Amino acid sequence: MKTESKLQKLLDSGHFAVTAEIGPPKHASAHGIRHHAHMLKNYVDATNITDCQTAIVRLSSIAAAVHIRDCGLEPIVQMTCRDRNRIAIQSDLLGAYSLGIRNLLCLSGDHQKFGNEPSAKNVYDIDSIQLIYLMRRMRDEKLFFSGEPIKEHEPRFFIGAVANPFADPFEFRVARLEKKVEAGAEFIQTQCIFDMERFERFMEMVRERGIHERVHILAGVTPLKSWRAAKYLQTSVSGMIVPDDIVERLKKAEDPKREGIEICIEQIKHIRNIPGVHGVHIMAIAWEEVVPEIVERSGLYPRPKVE
Amino acid sequence: MQYVPNIRIVEMPCSGTIDHRVLLQAFEDGADGVFVAGCMEGDCHFQKGNYRARKRVNAVKKLLDEIGLGGERLEMYNLSAAMGPRFAEIANEMTERVRRLGPSPLKKQSAGTMEKEGDVA
Amino acid sequence: MIIAQQKPIKDIAEMIADCKKVLLVGCAGCVTVCLAGGEKETEILAAALRIMRRLQDNPLETVTYVATRQCDPEYIATMDNLVKDVDAIISLACGVGVQYIAERYHDKWVVPALDTKFIGGSKVHGVWEEKCGLCGDCVLHRTGGICPIIRCSKSILNGPCGGSQYGKCEISKDVDCAWQLIYDRMKALGRLDKLMEIQPPKDWSKSRDGGPRKAIREDVMIG
Ligand code: SF4
Ligand code: SF4
Repeated sequence: MKTESKLQKLLDSGHFAVTAEIGPPKHASAHGIRHHAHMLKNYVDATNITDCQTAIVRLSSIAAAVHIRDCGLEPIVQMTCRDRNRIAIQSDLLGAYSLGIRNLLCLSGDHQKFGNEPSAKNVYDIDSIQLIYLMRRMRDEKLFFSGEPIKEHEPRFFIGAVANPFADPFEFRVARLEKKVEAGAEFIQTQCIFDMERFERFMEMVRERGIHERVHILAGVTPLKSWRAAKYLQTSVSGMIVPDDIVERLKKAEDPKREGIEICIEQIKHIRNIPGVHGVHIMAIAWEEVVPEIVERSGLYPRPKVE
Repeated sequence: MQYVPNIRIVEMPCSGTIDHRVLLQAFEDGADGVFVAGCMEGDCHFQKGNYRARKRVNAVKKLLDEIGLGGERLEMYNLSAAMGPRFAEIANEMTERVRRLGPSPLKKQSAGTMEKEGDVA
Repeated sequence: MIIAQQKPIKDIAEMIADCKKVLLVGCAGCVTVCLAGGEKETEILAAALRIMRRLQDNPLETVTYVATRQCDPEYIATMDNLVKDVDAIISLACGVGVQYIAERYHDKWVVPALDTKFIGGSKVHGVWEEKCGLCGDCVLHRTGGICPIIRCSKSILNGPCGGSQYGKCEISKDVDCAWQLIYDRMKALGRLDKLMEIQPPKDWSKSRDGGPRKAIREDVMIG
């Protein structure tokens, strides 16, 4: 099923895709994200716009996506199940499509406990797999979530999901990925990979089940600025694995930021050779300016052009 | 056995039978301080009576702090029936503490009395 | 059973600050079992409030009573004569009891001494844990007898989410991930294939989202 997504065209035509991530600001100006969009637009094929990531109140993902699209970069809107019920999700996504958004990433969302509104009520009316299923059905069968028909102009998103090879139970992670594909996910972005060995085992299981032939998998990477950042991810973020040797390498480095970039480039080069991986998703958290260099030095520049 | 004369002893079969209510009652009845004398830890006839007593005493201490009477007026001690001198020492120690704290604001007259609950005669 | 816990005593005292005489009503049901509002707790609270008020030179008179069940209006009627000359009633029941008392005694100031927390059980003495979210449409047969609605922090029906690690939920190392438990149990039962079925969105109208609920059994109704 074709959509107007440029990312889908690239992936379907067999290109190794590059996506990045832009985190909207904690204020009401789009100046910074527009700046980042201009900086990234020739280096990546599309960019995710996070949806109040880690439950911190930020400028809306959909609004930010419109700014980014305006700057000539294709946005992937993230939609979490944490903050909206099925009424709000549908309404916001109809709106997003009307504003020219063509890619959607469905996730559960981080629990609000560690955000800046820990006393908020969470929603979780539907979960991420149900969201994928319902959005896919909305597009392909022209039905609202309730089953009521959409008479015309159904939103036609290219639908993505996330997978975390580093969460538990490990054996079930590939099965759950398959469940997301069954539900209708067409591309997958993974959690940031630091434990390459575990990721390779994950991909092996993916290939055994033939999942890589049914969905485009983009491997997530994150350049680290310091050993403290690595240590933080290692100890304080549930569902992350950061091997000690990465922490050590950053600790020993004379210029840790440089070293972080080098590690990331090495990871991308390695990932490109893993069968079944169709792209890379660079999450330079609050460090968007290093993405062009990483893309270029990983041999992924220039980006292919599609209609 | 020599100890200050201003103590009233309330005997109980086991410190483990101590109840929050009995402790509060003692204060309502005008005690300036209360101490619970339980058996040595590990020596309870009913196995864990004195451990339980300590937990309850701690809970009531907290409550006394919350309601403004002050948890310091209540204490738990462990000693055996054979430790007369130690009992006297504790009694004097507690009396000292209560003197420092002053009479219980719950009673208007200033002469202090102290109640002791527990299983040591 | 319903698990409740006493509010901070300062808050309770504040609610009855202008009263001279209060009735404290415990309940012999759930809150007795979870040690929050039985006879003993009622008397302790009464004594503590009295002491507090005496310290403020504003003595409080208390009367205590324990109803068989405050969630049954007929048991509330048994305290009619105790209510007459008090300025307020402090209920040590769950929220249901407080409301039935308030309903019966229109002109009385009725206040809650407890926070009604959840439906659960006690694994060991002194520790209570939440087990059911009262969703009105039980799915335990699909999840190996482990409730995903209330024991998963995100009420996910197709879990576990990406925050599950080392058996724990992303919100705390002290909280078990319900979906890890579900996975383990389904695996032990040889039913992992069940977890591959996509669970449809839940009908929350059967839960609190559908508005206040009622359960009716015509066959046992009198009259
Ligand atoms: S599925 Fe619903 S009814 Fe069953 S235990 Fe969970 S919340 Fe309670
Ligand atoms: S970690 Fe487990 S229990 Fe916690 S939200 Fe995720 S699936 Fe639910």
